Amino acid sequence: MRDLLKFIHDRYRYPLILLGAMVVTDFKLRYQASLLGYLWTLLRPLAIFSILYVVFASFLKIGAGVPYFPVYLLFGIVLWGFFNESTTQGLASLVGRADLLRKIRFPRYVVVLSVGGSVLIGFVLNMLVIVLFMIILQVPVRLEVLWLPLLFVELVALSISLAFFLSALYVRFRDINYIWDVIMQAAFYAVPILYPLTLVPAKYARFLVLNPMAQIIQDARYVLITDQTQTISQLFGTPWARAIPVGITLVLAVTSVIYFRRRSSSFAEEA
Amino acid sequence: MAQPIIQVRGVCKEFLLPHLRHTTIKSRVLNMFRETRTMEVQTALRDIGFDVQPGEFLGVVGRNGSGKSTLLKILAGIYMPTSGDVTVTGKLVPFIELGVGFNPELTGRENVYLNGALLGFSKSEVDSMYEDIVAFAELEGYMDQKLKNYSSGMQVRIAFSVATRAQADILVIDEVLAVGDAAFQRKCYEHFRALKKSDTTIVFVTHDMGAVRQFCDRAILLEDCRIAADGSAEHVAARYTELFNPRPSVEPGVSTKRKGSGAIRYTRVDVASTLFEDGVLTLDLEVQADKDLDEVAYGFLIKNSSGAPVLGTNSVLKKQLLGGLNKGDRVRVVWTVPNVFSDGLHRVDLTITDFKGLAVYDWWEEAASFTAVKDEKTPYLVTPATSLEVSAIE
Repeated sequence: MRDLLKFIHDRYRYPLILLGAMVVTDFKLRYQASLLGYLWTLLRPLAIFSILYVVFASFLKIGAGVPYFPVYLLFGIVLWGFFNESTTQGLASLVGRADLLRKIRFPRYVVVLSVGGSVLIGFVLNMLVIVLFMIILQVPVRLEVLWLPLLFVELVALSISLAFFLSALYVRFRDINYIWDVIMQAAFYAVPILYPLTLVPAKYARFLVLNPMAQIIQDARYVLITDQTQTISQLFGTPWARAIPVGITLVLAVTSVIYFRRRSSSFAEEA
Repeated sequence: MAQPIIQVRGVCKEFLLPHLRHTTIKSRVLNMFRETRTMEVQTALRDIGFDVQPGEFLGVVGRNGSGKSTLLKILAGIYMPTSGDVTVTGKLVPFIELGVGFNPELTGRENVYLNGALLGFSKSEVDSMYEDIVAFAELEGYMDQKLKNYSSGMQVRIAFSVATRAQADILVIDEVLAVGDAAFQRKCYEHFRALKKSDTTIVFVTHDMGAVRQFCDRAILLEDCRIAADGSAEHVAARYTELFNPRPSVEPGVSTKRKGSGAIRYTRVDVASTLFEDGVLTLDLEVQADKDLDEVAYGFLIKNSSGAPVLGTNSVLKKQLLGGLNKGDRVRVVWTVPNVFSDGLHRVDLTITDFKGLAVYDWWEEAASFTAVKDEKTPYLVTPATSLEVSAIE
């Protein structure tokens, strides 16, 4: 046991130190020259939420049937934002740190994880805004909220897996970023973020919700905001239907890790 | 002898030239059905093999593009060899460049912590050595300024100061001394001397033969992607210097400044590239006759770097009659000349004519060259040993 701990310590000490330094540096640099500094991490989501709320909830009245629709909407956007930022920034991470890759030897996955880390910091701050809104709108907290950490784990696993895969692919094929940009635009509308899933006819909704992001967002809203959220359980009549999106996530994770490891020895030359 | 700390066996490295590679999906799709894709392979290293013993200070020298940096990156595990094996026993830290990861937007202090992390130091470890790092770089009072406001000399100093803290069994250093002023370079060398005493193994790439002679126990010369020499620092440094004063080609017909009937020709020319102060110039030559010939005359002419003739003679002038030659005869001709030359590059013309000087068999301009080394630098054609005595007259 002690040997195992020592092995883990020796093996992961350097990657962890590096990861910490890179995340901190990235976060410092992001709000460097701005007047309000770190406050922007909170102000930006607040401002965007306000705009979306005015457009979708007040003018278009899309979410009239959903209780606490403002915070329901915001929560969806925060979750999507994490996915979007970690995959698009993750995609460019290896090529962006080519200088480091060519000059020092370190586990290449640190570069991708550091992007995930700094996006995660933003996500945590965004969640504070969500909690703030929940307090203002007096959203009751239910026991189901205990499922939330598990859903976050699924979200992080999905996003980081894709970041690994895309970053390694981008080293070889430099048009992946354009393609991914288009995919993300399309996915934004294919995932029920701005609209309640109940607006979509059930036969299409069943298909949409097989997307892991749709399943995560709907489940997370269900456990945190309101049980009036339509989830994959209701559409298929069984909670076990989750096996499909969770399975997709797992397959993606394994594939990504294998691909990344296989390609990582040539990153220094090609990035 | 102890187990080598680095073992390199049959290492080859090839790069696919990037501009010919299919980096976009479009080009991949367009070229999908083509049988032979145009990939140009550039070889950087060919069959490299050597060992490094613990505590050894190994110099790696060679011209630009000879593969030194690629070799270093392979040792450091940054590049993978195309074939062959590298075995490293112990912790290796590469310095391909000073201040890797430095960010101009961060302060000096933040960069020290970042650079320290890249070397594997945790925050608390950097905390404990921070004062020393700043003191060594002589940058007290500047640490809270952004790095972009530092002069380049200050940046190098802080980077080097962090680098000296690296804890490793093996350091791999690539020409970091090319930057910085004389005072900084002296500091680097002092650090190297300390490292050498502490038994750290060092692999050091440089163009500075003075540093090689001074620090390295052994050196490797890379030329055309291969190891051209492996031995004592002195030997390898001399070979490196020779690269830039190449011996002439002895292949007949290669030189365009060569004329004559070719009835008899020089087939071998050996002239040491450097002629030292107390040395003797030796032109060691071999000739071969292609026909039966009567008496021939061998001659030479030495010109200085501006082309002015300095001295020369031939066997007729020396009244040495050498007799006739039969077809296929080979003869060795050795001239010796005292070092009367002025400091600098000289070129040697070689001639073979008939006895009367009418028929030219082989007239080879610039068949060889050498650099004469003279402490006394006169602007004249020759600088023979002279002596001077000045004494008071009673």
